[in-house]
Amino acid sequence: MFYREVGQFKTSYAADMAVFPIRQDRIGFGLILVVAFVAIPLAGNQFLLDSVMIPFLIFSLAAIGLNILTGYTGLLSLGSAAFMGVGAYACYKLSTFFPQVNILVWILASGLVSSAVGVFFGLPSLRIKGFYLAVATLAAQFFLQWCFARVSWLYNDNTSGAIEVGTQTLFGVPVTGPNAMASTRYLVVLTVVVAMAWIASNIVRGRIGRIWMAVRDMDIAAELMGIRLLRAKLLAFAVSSFYVGVAGAMMVFLWLGAAEPEAFNINLSFLLLFMVIIGGLGSILGAFLGAALIHVLPIVLRALPALIGLNLGSAAVEQLTFMVTGALILFFLVVEPNGLARLWRIGKQKLRVWPFPY
Amino acid sequence: MKNTKHALKVLSGAALALVLVAPAFAPAATDDSIYVPLFTYRTGPFAGSGTPIADGMHDYLTMLNERDGGIGGVKLSIDECETGYDTKKGLECYDSVKPKGPVIVNPWSTGITLSLIPKASVDKIPILSMAYGLSASAKGDIFPWIFNPPATYWDGLSEILKYVGDGSIDKLKGKTIGYLYFDAGFGKEPIPMFQDLAKDFGFALKLYPVAPASMQDQSAQWLDVRRDKPDFVVMYGWGAMNATAVKEAIKAGYPMDKFVSIWWPGEADLLSAGEGAKGFKTLNWHGVGADYPALQDIKKRVVDAGKSLAAKDEFGNLLYDRGVYNSVLIAEAIANAQKLTGKKVVAGEDVRRGLEAIDLDAARFKALGLEGFAAPFKVTCADHNSHSATFIQQWDGAKWVKITDPIAPESDKVQPLIDQAAKAYAEKNAGWPARTEACDSKS
Repeated sequence: MFYREVGQFKTSYAADMAVFPIRQDRIGFGLILVVAFVAIPLAGNQFLLDSVMIPFLIFSLAAIGLNILTGYTGLLSLGSAAFMGVGAYACYKLSTFFPQVNILVWILASGLVSSAVGVFFGLPSLRIKGFYLAVATLAAQFFLQWCFARVSWLYNDNTSGAIEVGTQTLFGVPVTGPNAMASTRYLVVLTVVVAMAWIASNIVRGRIGRIWMAVRDMDIAAELMGIRLLRAKLLAFAVSSFYVGVAGAMMVFLWLGAAEPEAFNINLSFLLLFMVIIGGLGSILGAFLGAALIHVLPIVLRALPALIGLNLGSAAVEQLTFMVTGALILFFLVVEPNGLARLWRIGKQKLRVWPFPY
Repeated sequence: MKNTKHALKVLSGAALALVLVAPAFAPAATDDSIYVPLFTYRTGPFAGSGTPIADGMHDYLTMLNERDGGIGGVKLSIDECETGYDTKKGLECYDSVKPKGPVIVNPWSTGITLSLIPKASVDKIPILSMAYGLSASAKGDIFPWIFNPPATYWDGLSEILKYVGDGSIDKLKGKTIGYLYFDAGFGKEPIPMFQDLAKDFGFALKLYPVAPASMQDQSAQWLDVRRDKPDFVVMYGWGAMNATAVKEAIKAGYPMDKFVSIWWPGEADLLSAGEGAKGFKTLNWHGVGADYPALQDIKKRVVDAGKSLAAKDEFGNLLYDRGVYNSVLIAEAIANAQKLTGKKVVAGEDVRRGLEAIDLDAARFKALGLEGFAAPFKVTCADHNSHSATFIQQWDGAKWVKITDPIAPESDKVQPLIDQAAKAYAEKNAGWPARTEACDSKS
């Protein structure tokens, strides 16, 4: 009923291979974009924008980055938080050296710095796989976090040891710092995330994505087919770190406004990995679903007791949130071990044939 | 599968609806109350330190509501938000309370404070970071919205060094001092000053950083302490780090009376270490215990009435009383604001003026039912800190014993650093607004 595809004919190869081959999907996606770009900034209050949507989008972008590495190429990484940090610190250094340059340029440029660092720490992936690679990336996590705390050049010798974000403008409108409106920052984040998610979804569907998936499924076979593992794996590290680095730069500049090295600790790496696993390995949509489950759900749960008139006290609410979130994660993984994206795919398949399942 | 799908749809629908309407239902400040949010942490690795402070803050304000019907006849609407000492969650708390018109914010975390400092002047919400946060924010002319009385970490450091040097830092010449610190903004801030002092006064400084992630495992640091044999160890720790440090010091056989901490360890940290913790010293600036009329009022009207979350043994302990002290400052600022503006229901701008007018002399403390609770101090427009003298107290195995008179900070060392750091902060954050807020006090 919702998914009646009668009359939708594909007359070209391109149409058949589109990101959204079904018209209803295109309409739905268009609606989501309209809501995201128009309705939310117009109707949302600051809490929704600043504490729900901006972090959700930033985490989604970082999860897409990690998904490219872990989900598509099969390289397990525990260093994603550190690469976010590289993006953030690079953006901080660049924007303090050249404050007059458009901040968006620096956010994207810091992705390149993160990318270079990612390639360097990706070198061991040629020799080791699986858990061993996870340990190697763990070294990146600890080493880079140590740098953020120890190398005072990175934080411009601030006595607080933290990086602080001043006011930067884009077309005369402040986008960072305390004077930037939440809706402005939200729109900048949204634009970057939508553009980068679109690029990612095209990369993974094309030649490069297929190379990565071949490497993931069996690297020896891929090598025998003529895929150069060195390039494929390092490219995955580079692209993944670029995404993660941009997410990190946006996290500090467009969300937190200041950051200590602790903001990029191992917990954040785990959180991103959980987002990718729960959302669905090897799925762009999964990154968004995972970020929603890990970031947005606890906020909703925290608001729930007050909403139904229960006065539990902040600590009890926090404990309950932990328990319920944990239980829900277990529930979703038991119901569908391949993640929320797979759950959505199955649901969609059923909707397409409903009400006449065969 | 179908059921799951259905459940999922219902769930996500409900979730979306909730997010959109949640703020509308939350208890907002009404016209006849003053909204005071408290950022607290009763969960996570810092809960040991955070819980008594949260209870102290909450109970004193609740007591004012019960006893006096609030401040100046206006009820306080007290609202706790759990931050878990996490900067991201702290910002979430800030965003969630902002629409309700908070008159003051107490971040209780240096990380959260750093993120909020630039927002304060824009959102017109003053920040009270009592004896923590950015030391440089003591400069009222550069940070009109930030208050960190009664002493900064730099003051504290000079006071500790004066104490271990028997009254003057000069006597430390040739000695070795170890610095065991929480390796984040809070513990790192004193290092430049420490190094300068080491150079000026000719003592050796050994640094022992404790990473926040591994604060419950300090064996490596204490191995170094054993090797270096410093004459004194100075500690800047928080949460589980304090308790662990004391335990490790006992294990390493380090003499407790040479182990001096900044003002954050509480009773629980020492009790868990057992008998061996006897002799441990910390700085402090206020009374401990419940022998004050105001504390008795809290006991009668809040704790015994079942309106407090405080455990029996927690009431009146060091960090509980520090929470009370924090709330005394909040209440004083609100009362001052009412006096200054003549309004009953004050807003953030008014409370900022109220904070600048804080003048807690001995008579005022007595009027508050806290006679002799803390040394008098005064906030001015230029000095948001007062750089108070603090005293050393020693743990006797069961309670704190005050062992010195208040030790004044080494102002000629601290003040230039504060001036310089404040100036550097304003310069690095290009476009830092110049102070436009008028000053109320006559002085």
